Amino acid sequence: MRALVHRVLPSSVLLRHVLAVLAALVVVVLVLETTSQFRNSQFATMSYYAIAAVGLTVLTGLNGQISLGHGALMAVGAYTTALLLADGAVPFPLAMLAATAVTALVGVVVGAAAARLHGPYLAGATLALAVGVPGLAIYFDGLLGGEQGLRVSSPRPPDWLDDALYFLTANDLTGAKYLAYLGWGTLLLVLLLLANLMAGRYGRVWRAVRDDEVAAELAGLRLGRLRVLAFVVSAACAGLAGSVLAMVVRLAAPSGFTIVLSLSLLTAVVVGGLGSLTGALLGSALLVFLPPAVTNVGTSAGLTGVQAAQLAPFVYGVVLVVVMLVAPGGVMGLVRSWRRRGLRQGGSR
Amino acid sequence: MTVPDTSQTRLAESRSGAAPLFSATGVTVRFGGLTALDDVTLDVLPGEVHGVIGPNGAGKTTLFNVCCGFVRPGAGTLTWRGQRLTGLRPHQLAGMGIARTLQGLGLFGGLTVLENVLTGADRFRRTGFGSALLALPRARADERALTERALAALTEAGVAEYAGRYPGSLPYPVRKRVAFARALAADPELLLLDEPASGLGAAELTELGELVRALAGRMSVILVDHHMDLVMTVCDRITVLDFGRVVAQGPPAQVRDDPAVIDAYLGEEASRGGDHG
Repeated sequence: MRALVHRVLPSSVLLRHVLAVLAALVVVVLVLETTSQFRNSQFATMSYYAIAAVGLTVLTGLNGQISLGHGALMAVGAYTTALLLADGAVPFPLAMLAATAVTALVGVVVGAAAARLHGPYLAGATLALAVGVPGLAIYFDGLLGGEQGLRVSSPRPPDWLDDALYFLTANDLTGAKYLAYLGWGTLLLVLLLLANLMAGRYGRVWRAVRDDEVAAELAGLRLGRLRVLAFVVSAACAGLAGSVLAMVVRLAAPSGFTIVLSLSLLTAVVVGGLGSLTGALLGSALLVFLPPAVTNVGTSAGLTGVQAAQLAPFVYGVVLVVVMLVAPGGVMGLVRSWRRRGLRQGGSR
Repeated sequence: MTVPDTSQTRLAESRSGAAPLFSATGVTVRFGGLTALDDVTLDVLPGEVHGVIGPNGAGKTTLFNVCCGFVRPGAGTLTWRGQRLTGLRPHQLAGMGIARTLQGLGLFGGLTVLENVLTGADRFRRTGFGSALLALPRARADERALTERALAALTEAGVAEYAGRYPGSLPYPVRKRVAFARALAADPELLLLDEPASGLGAAELTELGELVRALAGRMSVILVDHHMDLVMTVCDRITVLDFGRVVAQGPPAQVRDDPAVIDAYLGEEASRGGDHG
């Protein structure tokens, strides 16, 4: 039986995840050092989409709760960061932590309400959040800057990091690159923590609550508490994503947190494959890199700038429809079924 | 095997005194004008297998739902180890040492067989959210202990070879055993089996009987089922329900010959010997 236990639980979950994150870090450094400043800023954008998307995939994919309000939760994180960084007294890591904590608190309140709702009712309630929260910024325009929003002073790279990277790569550390490092460093940390959670008891019981409420309750699981916990974890990620967004965009304004942001996150998670962290990363990459790529193809095919720009949402919509028709499990669902087929043909099981 | 085995101590307790482990006294449940349970009293002794039988609609499942806190009785009390239970909620059962299988199995489709059974063992976890978030060695040790429990339960139910499979890909009898293993993994003192024999063939019925019999002495079992053969061979005592009332109670041999039971199952005409035919 011991042998079986060891086969089922490979040596150390933490060790495995830390190694994966370190490998990813090497890839990130290589990519950011060899790409242009424009690409660097695209990667910075992808990092905050991805932080929010991995949080959302835990909520929707693992726990079965849909949220159309994650854009609003990102707004909470972004505005918290903007307010804290305004007079330069608070160091930015502290502002990021505070943004995470404040959004997690909001998550407790929203999650407590969400835990009692199902399907379309939950979607409706969180939709109200997405519509309502940006309005708060306009209502309290004295504090939150109204339609114009709040300017955020992005953190500057410290000299020692600039020196160290110059020593390693002979490249100067530009502002865009520094923010990309900041975003991706945060993303990798979030991925590590979420992967830990998913591999352990919480990933299991969240899925159990999603699959069968009665059986989960009979196993002694507290449905309400576990749902609120999933919502809080997800909200904390959204808050952190909002914080990174505020620093990368250098602005927290209501126009940045429309319902479109919430919907984009949800589509990213669905296209990538619900409940998969890798899938959420792929979905966020698609969100950031697909529209400019399509626009480029459009202009080189002889379309005007405006026509080419309209092509991007069209292609994105087509991709979404095709994924839903061909691979309802998303990209990762496809990968999984290929792997299973490969195993069966290889006869190794 | 490092799973603590408490069966010996429990057996000793069960022999020393005959105080019931679990009892329902005077339980009455009404749904609108319909009386589903009428003054039902049931005692389960430590280590015994107690059968609850009765025709369709006799109130067997309602009685189970009362025992689990899914249905609040209009009158009557539940007692667990001599203490009165008030405001029982389903999620409290596992912690008290009561496990239940469901008629519809209720397996988690997105979890492997092992993970399903791990969920059953969840009440033995010792570490919290923080150690899981950071994947501390504590959390790892905890998971390993739960996995050993789960594998022991799977082995006992005879389905350890399916540990890595998903329930949807397994035949019905195997899924039934997985649900059984999930309940066993909670190491309960009282196991409620809701229609464990439904959908099983004759050979599987015999195996199920042996499986349940092997639990007697280690834990108390309440078994609701239609299969008279299974109930008669496996149970120490039987409670017969008809129209929500207890019509007979006692060991199988006594219940089998009880005229009230024959009436309930075959109708009064049949018991009178078909004198109008």
